[in-house]
Amino acid sequence: MPLDDDAAINAAREKSGEPAVRHKLEFPTTPLGEVPAGGMPTRTLWGDAWRRLRRNKLALVALGYLAIILVFAVTADLWAKPLFGEFMYVDSTTVMQTRFQAPSAMHWMGTDDFGRDELARVVYGARISLAIGIGATTLAVTLGLLLGGLSGYYGGRVDGVIMRMTDVFLAFPYLLFAILLMSVMGPGFWSLVIAIGILGWTTIARVFRSSVLSVKENEYVDAARAMGASDLRILGRHILPNAMAPIIVYSTMSVGGVILSEAALSFLGLGIQPPTPSWGRMLDESQTYMTTHPSLFIWPGLAIVLTVLAFVLLGDGLRDALDVKMKD
Amino acid sequence: MGQYILRRLLQFIPVFLGVTLVLFVLTRVIPGDPVKLLAGERSQDPVVYEAITKAYGLDKPILVQYVNYLGSIVKGDFGQSIATSREVTTIFKEKYPYTVKLALAAIFVEIIIGIGAGVISALRPYSFLDALVTLSTSVLVSLPVFWLGMLLQYFFGIWLKRWTGATLYLPISGAHSATFPDWVHLILPAVTLASVSTAYAARIMRSQLLEVQGQDYVRTAYAKGLSSRAVLWGHSMKNALIPVVTFVALDLGAMLSGAILTETVFNWPGIGYTIFSAIGKRDWPVVIGSTIIVTLVFMVINLVVDIGYAFLDPRIRYDESKA
Repeated sequence: MPLDDDAAINAAREKSGEPAVRHKLEFPTTPLGEVPAGGMPTRTLWGDAWRRLRRNKLALVALGYLAIILVFAVTADLWAKPLFGEFMYVDSTTVMQTRFQAPSAMHWMGTDDFGRDELARVVYGARISLAIGIGATTLAVTLGLLLGGLSGYYGGRVDGVIMRMTDVFLAFPYLLFAILLMSVMGPGFWSLVIAIGILGWTTIARVFRSSVLSVKENEYVDAARAMGASDLRILGRHILPNAMAPIIVYSTMSVGGVILSEAALSFLGLGIQPPTPSWGRMLDESQTYMTTHPSLFIWPGLAIVLTVLAFVLLGDGLRDALDVKMKD
Repeated sequence: MGQYILRRLLQFIPVFLGVTLVLFVLTRVIPGDPVKLLAGERSQDPVVYEAITKAYGLDKPILVQYVNYLGSIVKGDFGQSIATSREVTTIFKEKYPYTVKLALAAIFVEIIIGIGAGVISALRPYSFLDALVTLSTSVLVSLPVFWLGMLLQYFFGIWLKRWTGATLYLPISGAHSATFPDWVHLILPAVTLASVSTAYAARIMRSQLLEVQGQDYVRTAYAKGLSSRAVLWGHSMKNALIPVVTFVALDLGAMLSGAILTETVFNWPGIGYTIFSAIGKRDWPVVIGSTIIVTLVFMVINLVVDIGYAFLDPRIRYDESKA
């Protein structure tokens, strides 16, 4: 005990006339080894990741931007029509007076060739883009986890067939495949979700497959199996959590990719149909007026770039925060 | 090595059959009867309808059609366009050179700018220039290709023309004109098509070079007194370039499949736009035939790249678990 030592030393020093010393024990401000009331603060993987993500300014800006447009997109019905008037359908009596207006206090981005408020259309385009981005990514991740999990877990012939399937999907020119699928299902919101979702499963399947391969020989998986866990439970409860980090990173970036695909398909006339505003469709329609009214193709394009960029930067930030090694 | 090549070749066959089968099934379930579309709005003589359907073999069950089709493409017969009655191979030979030209020009841009930016970035990591390159690659990756095309069209074709009183501008549509030599027509579409890949090439170049620069043999090269330029070109670049070259080669394969968006925006008469408009006309022989050829080109390039990569890097061959 250090204090007893001090006492012994000081007793000796007193005899020889030296001043007494006192070894003061310095406690750290947060006591170590002492459990505070309410238990120790738990440091989880996700907590650590969030702490690291918070230090990445670009990723935070991206997250903030996405949160803002999400709020605007979700609440658009409440304020868009009262503020900006009818922007979905064409009212032939007002078209001539209101079309191609320059930005003003009333119409911040001006009006389009039908006299509809451009800002309201861009905000409604965000609804479409975000909904399809999240929907198609969810579908792609679900399919990818299912097929990648089967492939890695069972191996052998199942693995062979599924991996050849990914090869077929990757050999097929992507946009052409998407166009054919859209032609089968016809244009529209759900066709876009399904077509883009179906085409997106391969990468996630390969990522998850290799995670399964590297994890499935671990002893804790054997232990789970010995305890009688089903294959599905082992995959879902024991292997998936271990492979979560790359899947989260990939999914975040993938939402951006989906938004680009949606814009491309709508631009080609196969996606969202007028009068519903979609960024890709708006760009297609703006081509006619490119020489005279370039702002009509600037706004929707900017909206796409900023939103996709936000998902890419957030994905980059998450990759660093979760310490995922990925090929660039 | 021989075994690796053989295995890759054997994987080739099911993938090719898969691609053709998917194509065949998809084009058969897409609504729209090509024979009816041929007549337009007018009603068709049922006898003629029967005859055309029979002539294209559209009356047989789909699997029979598929097997027959495979049989004839082995002989090099890709059939005729329903819309124009021209041989699919003739159409292909006419359009494909434009796609090849565009792809090569884009790859040129990608190599010069992508590798250049990556090297600059890696030589001074975390400098202002590096941050600029990194941010621009993120922006480029997020740009819709067709929007970049439209921006370039507006800036170089409309704004610049207006500003310089039509003395200086670039053509924004088509592949030939009286005013410009053909290669000038290539500039904007090539830059547009190259944009995303250039960003990726720069990123890969940067990360590879940074990794190689930290390795022992590079330190040894510095230690024996070589100048940093000699180390860069004689030692680091040799190894750092391998993944970049692989990426560029695979990308060439992808670009040779046709660039639907770029070709559409710039009215470029390549195979991508040809296939896209043939889908609209439900002209399946053109769609299927052209897609099969471009996919085959893509797969062969992939195969060659993989084998070349395995040849350069022996570790690949034994890495069975690699996805």
